This record gives sequence, C-alpha cells and structure tokens, in this order.
Amino acid sequence: MSALPRARELGLISCHVCGLVCRDNQLEDPACPRCSSALHRRKPYSCARTWALLIAAFLLYIPANVLPIMRTVSLGDVDDNTILSGVIELWQKGSPDLAMIVFTASILVPMTKFLVISTLLLSSQRGTPWARRQRAMLYRLVEFIGYWSMLDVFVVALLTALVQFGFFSEVEPLPGVVYFGLTVVLTMLASQSFDPRLIWDCQDQDD
Amino acid sequence: MSTTPPVNVEHAHKAITSDLLICEHCDTVYRRRPLARGDVARCARCHAVLERHQRIGLNAMFALVITVMVVFVQANVWPIITLGLNGTEIHATLWGIIIMMWKDHSQVVSVLAAATLFFFPLCKMLVLGWLLVYGRKGQRAPGFRPLMVTLHYIGPWTMSEVFVLGILVSIVKAQLYFDVTPDIGVFAYAGLAILITVFSSIDMRQLWDKIPESST
Repeated sequence: MSALPRARELGLISCHVCGLVCRDNQLEDPACPRCSSALHRRKPYSCARTWALLIAAFLLYIPANVLPIMRTVSLGDVDDNTILSGVIELWQKGSPDLAMIVFTASILVPMTKFLVISTLLLSSQRGTPWARRQRAMLYRLVEFIGYWSMLDVFVVALLTALVQFGFFSEVEPLPGVVYFGLTVVLTMLASQSFDPRLIWDCQDQDD
Repeated sequence: MSTTPPVNVEHAHKAITSDLLICEHCDTVYRRRPLARGDVARCARCHAVLERHQRIGLNAMFALVITVMVVFVQANVWPIITLGLNGTEIHATLWGIIIMMWKDHSQVVSVLAAATLFFFPLCKMLVLGWLLVYGRKGQRAPGFRPLMVTLHYIGPWTMSEVFVLGILVSIVKAQLYFDVTPDIGVFAYAGLAILITVFSSIDMRQLWDKIPESST
C-alpha cells in the first residue's frame, strides 16, 4: 500500500470539535480559528483519563450487579431483582427474545466495553502494530454500542412510574440501578476520552 | 461565551483550505473529493467513515427539525403506557417517570433520564432550529460559534432510541403481573426513533461550510 501521510508528519492538526484542518505552528495553546476550541494533536492525557474512568466504571459495575435494582411488591409478595435475576425471570415467564436483548444491553455490552477498552489501552501503550485495523474497528464498535446499556435503567424507571398502587402492588427502584446508570455514563466517557489515533502511533511501516 | 483568539494567533493558524480532510480516527490526511449521491468516503488506513454525501440541504434539514419538534411534543404530552386495574387507569408519561424516580430516592437516575431524554434532545432541536432559521437566509445566527460547539458536545448524550426499546421491554415485563397497554405516546416515540435515525446520517459540521461567515 502506498504511504498515507498523517497529519502530524505534515504539520497539520484537525480540530476535534469542528473538523477544520489547521496548520500546526508549534504554539503553546493553539486554538481553532473557526470554533475557538483548543487544538490538540492528540486528546490530552488520553490513556490516563481513560484508565481512570474505566476503573471507576468497573468498580461501580460490581455493586450494580450484586445489589438488587428493582423491588416488585405484588399482593404482599416482595421480590427483589438484580440485573441477572431480572433477565432470568423475563426468560422464564415472558419472552426469551426480550430477555436476550436485556442480557445483551446490561451484561454483554458493558463487559465487552471493559474488555475492549482495556485491550486498546494496553496495546496502544505498548505501541504494538498488532491487528491495528481490527483494533480500530473495535473502537468504533464500542463507540456505537455505548449508550444502549441505558436500557435497564429506563425499564426500571418506567415500571416504577407505572406500578404505583402503594398498598397492593408497587415497583420501587433499588440502589443497584443508580450504580448501573453511573457505570454506563462512565464507560461512555471512557470511550470518548480514548484517542484512536494512538493505535496508529507506532513508528513502523504500514501493513 | 466564545473567546476570540488574539489576532496574531488567528493569523498564524489560518486554516489552509477546506479541501483537506483528516481522518478523525487515525490522523491520515486526504484531499477531499466531490461525492456522488449515496457515496461514503472511507479511510484507506482504518476504514472509518470520512465523509458521507449530504443530500439533505438546509431547507430540508429545517423541515426535518420542525417535524422532530412536533413529534417530540407529542411524545412528551401523551401517556406512553397505560395500566388498568379494577377500573382505574394509571398513565405513565416521561415527566411522570422523572418525578417518580426523584421521589423514590433515585435522583441520579431521574437526572440522567431528564437530561438524556428531555433536555439534551430539546436543546439539540432548539439550537439547530435557531441556526437554520438564519442559515436558510445565508446568515450566521447570533451565537453561531458557541452554539455549534455545544451541538458537538451534546451529540452523543441523547438517548430517545434506547428509551423506545425500554418501553417495549417494560410492557412485556409489566404484563407478567398486570394488564398494560401501549398508549399514543409509544407511537410518537417510535416516530421519533425513526427520525433520529434519519438525522444520524447528517453531519452537522457541514453547517460551518454551508453557512459562510459574512464579511461584516
């Protein structure tokens, strides 16, 4: 493949906010002439920030799974559901297809995000040219699936608002759902603060 | 408000031309080529999408924004799901959900829902509408620059599509115990989800080029 020039080699910067191509004048704090946002050759402190957000998200993901997210009170029967037991209940009583969707959104997607982002971080910090195109694809996947994990949070919220008879039956949100919501937000922030350009920043030739 | 960079910086950083294009995912530089209808330019190095052909002009975009606003109002006014029990009916609306979560000690969830399902989408539509009202006349709206930056940052935080799926799951879950039916609001949300999908193929950054800065 012919050599593809990269912006850094040509002394160019593209604005992260508006996409304008600017000349890199090696100034202290360059700003985009079009939208006045700060220009960066790479996202600042990308690895450190992404690690911090990812670890925080993972720590919150533990109580999100261990603690129940929703209490269903139905004619005196109190039933506390965690994310996983909610999926199982849906599988057994309702529809397996929807159980699969919820399982994907609440468990598969967050786990995939943890694995993918940490793989991307480790590999780009070591600067290996290993499977770069596939890693770039993984990053785009993570960006795309990011917010679908909010599904379970919205389900709990909807059921709470709907089932409010007080005495007979009731649905109450439990702390697990708060942790889960925060996990989703933090993983989204983590994938946004990772700079995919780092994948391509090792010095050797193109494959 | 926007901070104007000092004059010398502005000169030093003069944009080269808009016919260069840099891949946001791997920093590869390309020369821009005109795209035919339906074309998508992809990066040769990392296969990320560089640019799509934008067939929707400013007028069509404005029409789309107005449509989304109308549907958005419907989605918020009408109940989404109705639960019937012994002759009484309980309706859940978006704001009902937000208020219930606040009262039930889940303020974080309440704030998240309010932001991602109400305030951010609303902000996006209002800002875009404002920019396009002027843009159609070939002018930059007052506050064009900071508003475009705002638009960029709130972009990933609107989640109405996820909410539509959430409604579906809730209906099935609630049916395990109660008698629930979808309400008018569901259809409005379904419409909203479709319109948002149409919107997602539009690159808002084109407004920077399509609405040039006036010489004054």
